[in-house]
Amino acid sequence: MSVQILSGQLLLGLINGAFYALLSLGLAVIFGVLGIINFAHGAFYMVGAFAAWGLATYLDIGYWPALVLVPLALGLVGMGVERLMLKRLGGLDPLYGLLATFGLALVLEGTFRQVYGSSGQPYPVPDALQGGVNLGFMFLPLYRGWVVAASIVVCLATWLAIERTALGARLRAATERPDVAQALGLNVPLLVTVTFGVAVALAAFAGVMAAPVYQANPLMGSNLIIVVFAVVVIGGMGSLSGAILSGYGLGLAEGLTKVFYPPAANIVVFVIMACVLMVRPAGLFGRAS
Amino acid sequence: MPETVLSVSGLDGHYGDSHVLHGVAFNVQAGEIVTLVGRNGAGKTSTLRAIMGLLPRRSGSIELRGRQLIGLPPHRIARAGIGYVPDDRGIFASLSVAENLALPPRAQAGALSDGEIDALFPRMKERWASPGTKLSGGEQQMLAIARALRTGARLLLLDEPTEGLAPVIVQRIGQIIRDLKGRGHTVLLVEQNVHFAATVADRHIVMENGRVVDTLDNADLAADPGRLDRFLGV
Amino acid sequence: MRAPPIALLALIALALLVAAPWVVYPAFLMKALCFALFAAAFNLLLGYAGLLSFGHAAFFGGAAYVTAHAAKVWGWPPELAILGGTLAAAALGLAMGALAIRRQGIYFAMTTLALAQMLFFLFLQAPFTGGEDGIQGVPQGRLLGLVDLGQPTSAYYAVLAVAALGYLALYRIVHSPFGQVLKAVRDNEARARSLGYEVDRYKLAAFVLSATLAGLAGGTKALVFQIATLTDVQWQMSGEVVLMTLLGGIGTVAGPAVGAFLSVGLESALATSGLPVAAVIGAVFIACVLVFRRGLVGEIGARLKIRL
Repeated sequence: MSVQILSGQLLLGLINGAFYALLSLGLAVIFGVLGIINFAHGAFYMVGAFAAWGLATYLDIGYWPALVLVPLALGLVGMGVERLMLKRLGGLDPLYGLLATFGLALVLEGTFRQVYGSSGQPYPVPDALQGGVNLGFMFLPLYRGWVVAASIVVCLATWLAIERTALGARLRAATERPDVAQALGLNVPLLVTVTFGVAVALAAFAGVMAAPVYQANPLMGSNLIIVVFAVVVIGGMGSLSGAILSGYGLGLAEGLTKVFYPPAANIVVFVIMACVLMVRPAGLFGRAS
Repeated sequence: MPETVLSVSGLDGHYGDSHVLHGVAFNVQAGEIVTLVGRNGAGKTSTLRAIMGLLPRRSGSIELRGRQLIGLPPHRIARAGIGYVPDDRGIFASLSVAENLALPPRAQAGALSDGEIDALFPRMKERWASPGTKLSGGEQQMLAIARALRTGARLLLLDEPTEGLAPVIVQRIGQIIRDLKGRGHTVLLVEQNVHFAATVADRHIVMENGRVVDTLDNADLAADPGRLDRFLGV
Repeated sequence: MRAPPIALLALIALALLVAAPWVVYPAFLMKALCFALFAAAFNLLLGYAGLLSFGHAAFFGGAAYVTAHAAKVWGWPPELAILGGTLAAAALGLAMGALAIRRQGIYFAMTTLALAQMLFFLFLQAPFTGGEDGIQGVPQGRLLGLVDLGQPTSAYYAVLAVAALGYLALYRIVHSPFGQVLKAVRDNEARARSLGYEVDRYKLAAFVLSATLAGLAGGTKALVFQIATLTDVQWQMSGEVVLMTLLGGIGTVAGPAVGAFLSVGLESALATSGLPVAAVIGAVFIACVLVFRRGLVGEIGARLKIRL
């Protein structure tokens, strides 16, 4: 077993894990504050990738500005979606939220598939991150290292913002007891709208980062979101750190499987989910639902 | 001439299909301590929730110093100057004591400063970083009151502040309420414990089946203690 | 207004369906009938047991594959091939259900979706499914040695018979003591548990029954259309059956069938229009969830104050 191959696959696994972590973090935040599973989260990720490609192709706007502009724009779109569609599902069974966002995912994916087919639009790695570094035990492509590093920073920053700041305290309060929070003067409906927007922005950010790695492809969202669902079933959605750790951990598990038993690579997350369900039905980190 | 701080009239309230408040009407003057008394299900908690805008369907008139509150969302009502402590205290488990206290945005001038809160609730600082719900029941109650005061609210709504607390703590809370009156606050509290109510209140409003059925000054109650019994009996 | 007896409504529907091939293409009708059974099986789980499964395509498509394989490769006669597919779906239902039941509510739905996706990948890679091409050219033969499935009209009546049998089975299940317990569990699980019912066993039983009948629909579909593909096991298919049921009316008897006919009709109307079909379906989904939650049959039932 060559160290090169192992570390190469582990790196790829870590990259997958980065996207799992970013998306399951967003899902967990949305679930906490809205009580809804956002099936469209993968679709927003996909639109983020296409937005980056569109900015480059039609407006000659490169990767670095896209990394800021696309999450901002899609975050605003997300706030609109929450305000116009999800707010109306307030008192209902959370399953309706899943169905409504499922419909939204179909609309987004169907439209993009109609226009762009099923193949990916190529997106180049930004110049500053081309090439790689020889670490001795492996060759590290710079862009991939960037993806892992940036995702860790963003996940950590999000976690810190929610768990350790005053604004985060407001969000936690609004999540736990929205009525009491409102009675203390917090504008909870606005907080919820903005939080949804931020979570969507996270997904869009992941999408921009994904464009050079996976290419912008209308199917990339739905393929990813179902795996992310398995991730959150495994990790539970009660804990943000649990969502993040599960994401990276399962990415690594996928990478390892690719080395030792490739045919199982795309189902290993589901198999792990089945095992966790048998042994610890409440999930690894979250409180029982 | 004491001003009328809170004026409620024709207040109707519903939870879904259930009609819980029928034309509730009463006033509260500045600096008064008023209790809402009555048995379980009389509509006392619903009245407080209706004032805070937490009752899903309400109609009628609720005026805070002349400003109409019906139709406003809860956070605007809170910022208009009403502090609320629900009957389960509403301390957030996912926030520390310090975070719980710092949560409300300071709405008005005259909000209690940290120093003043310290004076009223001296032991609070010792548990600063613990999760809010690690405090005892009495400590949580005091935290909840202190927190509601941080918005600068001059009118406080307290729902069953002494429920489940040891007599020593109950006395302490009674003292706090009287201190607040001394500082010019107005307090409307829901109380099952008529004895406690008699030690703090200027006036008692009696509710039954979602209606106000009697009002009496504390002096009247002292003169005729049995007057409330038929509204409170088991 | 008193409810017209369900038997009368069923007879009217049956009469319409018997006469239908003279007015509408049999192929369209057969497709709609298979999906009507699929949706009705799904509705047993959602409408009566209160469990949203987002992975029902695994049973529909899994049965389709097994039936197709049995008929084409093993040369089984149609009735045995369909039986084989149905039993395979039951087995899958038992396995998936046993795992998914361990979670509740939204987690249950996500678990079914993930498990179905795992099966999708397994089907994708398994040689017997034919991968991207699927199993094509499935021989049709004669059902019970009598009915020539190659002939559109007779095939249609065979499918109608299968669907009617399936509906009858569902009707009996729903109105049995078992069905009553299911409804009690759906309405207040804690209470049912406190009354001594083994709630998890009832849920699992409902899950397996639902999967079995979904498999019946899938196996039948594979035979009459002579093909089983990955489309039958994709998550989009799972979503479609949810939509059909939602559109028609969750928890109603006629809803899933109405929803299935509407959905199949909508898709064939859209197929030639150049509009993105999935996007339109998605929009219909959103509209249903926001403003039309009771579905068509549910709305009618509510307006007329009868239970359909």
